[in-house]
Amino acid sequence: MSSLDSQSPNMRSASSHKGLHALLAGLSGVDQVGAEARAAALGTRSIKKESKVWAIDTAISMVDLTTLEGADTVGKVTAMCSKALHPDPTNPSTPSVAAVCVYGDLVPAAREVVGDRIHVAAVATAFPSGRASLGVKLLDTREAVAAGADEIDMVIDRGAFLAGNFGKVFEEIVAIKEACGDAHLKVILETGELKTLDNVRKASWLAMKAGADFIKTSTGKVAPAATLPVTLVMLEAVRDYYTQTNVRIGVKAAGGIKTSKDAIKYLVVVNETVGDAWLTPDLFRFGASTLLNDLLQQRQKMLSGHYSGPDYVTID
Amino acid sequence: MIGNDRVEVRKTHKLFVGGAFPRSESGRTYEATNSQGEFLANVAKASRKDARDAVLAARTGFNSWSKATAYNRGQVLYRIAEVMEGRKDQFISDIQDAEAVSAKKATHQTDQAIDRVLWYAGWADKYAQVLGNTNPVSGPFFNFSIPEPTGVVAAVAPADSSLLGLISVIAPIITSGNSVIVIASTASPIPAITLSECLATSDVIAGNINILTGDPAEIMPSLASHGDVNALDLTGITDPELQKALQIEAAGTVKRVRSAPVNPDWQATPSLSRLRAFTEVKTVWHPLGM
Repeated sequence: MSSLDSQSPNMRSASSHKGLHALLAGLSGVDQVGAEARAAALGTRSIKKESKVWAIDTAISMVDLTTLEGADTVGKVTAMCSKALHPDPTNPSTPSVAAVCVYGDLVPAAREVVGDRIHVAAVATAFPSGRASLGVKLLDTREAVAAGADEIDMVIDRGAFLAGNFGKVFEEIVAIKEACGDAHLKVILETGELKTLDNVRKASWLAMKAGADFIKTSTGKVAPAATLPVTLVMLEAVRDYYTQTNVRIGVKAAGGIKTSKDAIKYLVVVNETVGDAWLTPDLFRFGASTLLNDLLQQRQKMLSGHYSGPDYVTID
Repeated sequence: MIGNDRVEVRKTHKLFVGGAFPRSESGRTYEATNSQGEFLANVAKASRKDARDAVLAARTGFNSWSKATAYNRGQVLYRIAEVMEGRKDQFISDIQDAEAVSAKKATHQTDQAIDRVLWYAGWADKYAQVLGNTNPVSGPFFNFSIPEPTGVVAAVAPADSSLLGLISVIAPIITSGNSVIVIASTASPIPAITLSECLATSDVIAGNINILTGDPAEIMPSLASHGDVNALDLTGITDPELQKALQIEAAGTVKRVRSAPVNPDWQATPSLSRLRAFTEVKTVWHPLGM
């Protein structure tokens, strides 16, 4: 394992990032079967009614309500932002979501609606492929920050990572972090393209060492997106990083989480892996578009006592 | 049946939800008996959670079934009749066991049930012409009224007519493009289970017809209040108190409710009233000369 990693194709980068390579090579491998079994076992926890009410409200407050389509319009973003502020207009006790997540050019439209009531996150760095020069990625980031984004979701260069060119990935994250200024940086690992949990662990450490405030599973454009075992491995990396540095890094699970049941499973995994200090929108997020409607239907069910349906929530 | 030293395979029947045959989520079963109280088979006893799962399946089924062409819906209904015809002997013996009737009467009921499916198959691409209309209006417009399916319908099959009554409830609901969750006769569920096996091997879209076995008094209240159920057919509810309670529950989400008929005659040729009960009329104004 370690011998392969040290033979980086980019020798210049490898030599200037010896410490990084040594750190990543020194990480122990992930027991994939064990991780899957652990995630599955945590997913079977029975959650009683009062806890469920709390979990649903917590999950709503952790949602990054997202629209990342080529067909996005100012009108669609405006409507989504209104929903982000008041997810269930029939019930004002419903919490707002944590943030809205849009493409960089739509940040002003989002900011206009949400003001400073919730965060505006922008995807940058040639999302979702990340295939552009560093100069383009930096400009993409600076423009989004200048437009008012207070969170930047960047993608790593998976090609460079898979080729073993960790130094390049590291330097890019450092540069983007600098370009972010005060904005929080979420680093998207795109775990669906990293293939193995070993790689997920390595990429998590790499991103945290490079200055990520959050590590995020996926763009949502690649299947598989977020899965419970992948999120578990990332949370373990965050926990180990915290033990070493006393710095809390956030985790964002994005893509493929569609039901309240799934969301609650993630909250259980968070609680059991890193503890309840992470059960806050500052340290755990869901990147989702359809999840919110299911959370709202379950919330309505909890409060009314009867099952709700899609007719009682807005279509995005 | 039990010959020599062979041990008969005893059946534990399952529910029919989303085109599959799941056990009850609760794990419960009850014993179906004939009219003399002799054991026939174990049958799944559906819970409220099973009903909730069935609503999800029915909604998915509705989304594709309601978009199928009227002609195609007729073909699928015809296919149900074809498969039932092939299982005729099983239906006859099921009905004899369940209702303690002669072979002749059981055969007659089976024939009628199959013919009833065909009758509605014929209506699939014709009922809109009869229930719909072009309306004269004082302006330069065409004005059409078109019946459209209501959505997901929760129904209770009659207790006494285990196959013909069941078919007479299901067929009109699905003919217009609705999906149905039907609770089979609690006392005589076996013919309904045989029917679900027919449906699984015909061209019925998964989730379009869902058959639960169990106690309507336990299952129906959660369906009556469910926000994603659009209408109730209370045909098999004989207890007036329960019927009233379900109507009140249904009012909370403004559902259509068809009450239990008084002394229904399942043998008689039906009218279109069951078809009409689960449709919504859409009226369209179309400018002339465009």
